[in-house]
Amino acid sequence: MTWETVIGLETHVELATKTKIFCSCTTEFGGAPNTHCCPVCTGMPGTLPVVNRQVVRFAAKAGLALNCEITRYNKFDRKNYFYPDLPKAYQVSQLYLPIARNGRVPIKTESVEKDIRIHELHMEEDAGKLVHDPWIDQTKCDYNRCGVPLIEIVTEPDFRSADEVIAYLEKLKSTLEYLGVSDCKMQEGSLRCDVNLSVRPAGSTELGTRTEMKNLNSFKAISRAIEYEARRQIELIEEGKRVVQETRRWDDNKDATFSMRSKENAQDYRYFPEPDIPPLELSQEYLEQLRAEQPEMAEARKARYQEQYGLPEYDAGILISQKALVDFFEETVALGAPAKEVSNWMLGDMMRRLKDEELEPKDMKLTPANLAKLIKLIADGKINRNTAAKVFRAIFPDNADAEEYVKTHGLEQVNDAGLVAQVVEKVFAANESAVADYRAGNQKVMGFLVGQVMKELKGKADPKAVNQAVREKLEG
Amino acid sequence: MKITTEMVDYISVLSRLKLPEEEKEKMTGELEQIIAYMDTLNALDTSSVEPMSHVFPVKNVLREDEVVPSFDRAELLKNAPKADEEAFLVPKTVE
Repeated sequence: MTWETVIGLETHVELATKTKIFCSCTTEFGGAPNTHCCPVCTGMPGTLPVVNRQVVRFAAKAGLALNCEITRYNKFDRKNYFYPDLPKAYQVSQLYLPIARNGRVPIKTESVEKDIRIHELHMEEDAGKLVHDPWIDQTKCDYNRCGVPLIEIVTEPDFRSADEVIAYLEKLKSTLEYLGVSDCKMQEGSLRCDVNLSVRPAGSTELGTRTEMKNLNSFKAISRAIEYEARRQIELIEEGKRVVQETRRWDDNKDATFSMRSKENAQDYRYFPEPDIPPLELSQEYLEQLRAEQPEMAEARKARYQEQYGLPEYDAGILISQKALVDFFEETVALGAPAKEVSNWMLGDMMRRLKDEELEPKDMKLTPANLAKLIKLIADGKINRNTAAKVFRAIFPDNADAEEYVKTHGLEQVNDAGLVAQVVEKVFAANESAVADYRAGNQKVMGFLVGQVMKELKGKADPKAVNQAVREKLEG
Repeated sequence: MKITTEMVDYISVLSRLKLPEEEKEKMTGELEQIIAYMDTLNALDTSSVEPMSHVFPVKNVLREDEVVPSFDRAELLKNAPKADEEAFLVPKTVE
């Protein structure tokens, strides 16, 4: 029998605000335990939460970008549960009136092009971190992350493969980065994904029993977990057993999922309206203004790069894949560097350095101003391309000034025709047999002679000028 | 609506209350009366009434996204039944 995998995603994204959702504590990652806390986010009695304006803005912007209907009249609700990651014993979330609903995200894989429907997008607060201390057999609660604003984006069960899930997540990540509403760093937990998965005989329209997978910390883990879990469920059914509805934890080291807690005894969250937060009413003008502010998204930008700058589709595709690359590219071009040249440096030398040093573009020290300088040094004939590649490698790690570096290392190009002629003279005298070879018809020798001249000039001459001088001397 | 002792048990788990056996029996009767009162309210036709979640006519109470220094940790931890120098302590939790 052929089986079909059916997947829905719940993605939690931390918003890039400066402060928490209901209090003015910083959202900065890390920090000593409980140093980014106050009476509000530690749930002290008698405190009053006040919503961060920026959270609403960011959530609405994300909703608009995912083609959702925005809820004009918003409320918050309490989700009650007893677990010490939230000191209030409830999480403030949105159940009845989420800020955005009924969206869609077009995706494209090698084999499919389709829309993933967004069921809803709502605002909520993040929970704290629990660390079990085996020495004292107690659990330590760190509430720094408590109250950090999140949006949860819930899709319909529209995915049929891991490839589709990854394509969606890449699109989502790029969209949120372009909007500037989240940095989407998976390793810091600012983008987290729960995968709901079931299998059914191909052609069936009924949904099978699903499991929910947590602890998926990278696209690779998501992809492998989906393949593992689909296989596990199919094997169970083929053996005549049944799939149990439950939450399963993915173990990256063991390459398998493990049961966490049974959902058959479903949690009763007893949602009710949050009485401490008055409703939010978003005006038509407010939404129009947000719509007008939406940035140019990846696809539109890619098309523009091809048209306006004449970049090949492939090159434009790589540049738009990450917001950090787009920003770097546009800033360098704004400083007057030719777009094609900037793109070539970024896709060639920069990508190689990033890969070798295992760096993310957003963590790189090199600045657009410095690359623009380097490009100008070539354009002005101050250094040749070979030297420029060496300079790039040298200044990349710490953003050492390109101009300074060329000066202090004496790398300026030798543009003195007299000096070049002198060196050619010297090289010819020292390599008489090579010169004779050339004249006897062995044209390849010319490359050798050019190389010798460049070597004498420590690689600092303009290769074109040297080529010409050698050729003239040979033919003359 | 009939309230069983199983339902009372379930509710007491949710609300983290431990009820003595004799009180459970009493509770079934009291809860039944409360639910019956809800039936009185349900008899009203509210189909044209917007559900109300807040009694005061306020909306859009928002603050600017500006960081204010956090609270002194020692002061915060003072309120906890149990804490060490950096964290709140709770009985061991296992997922």
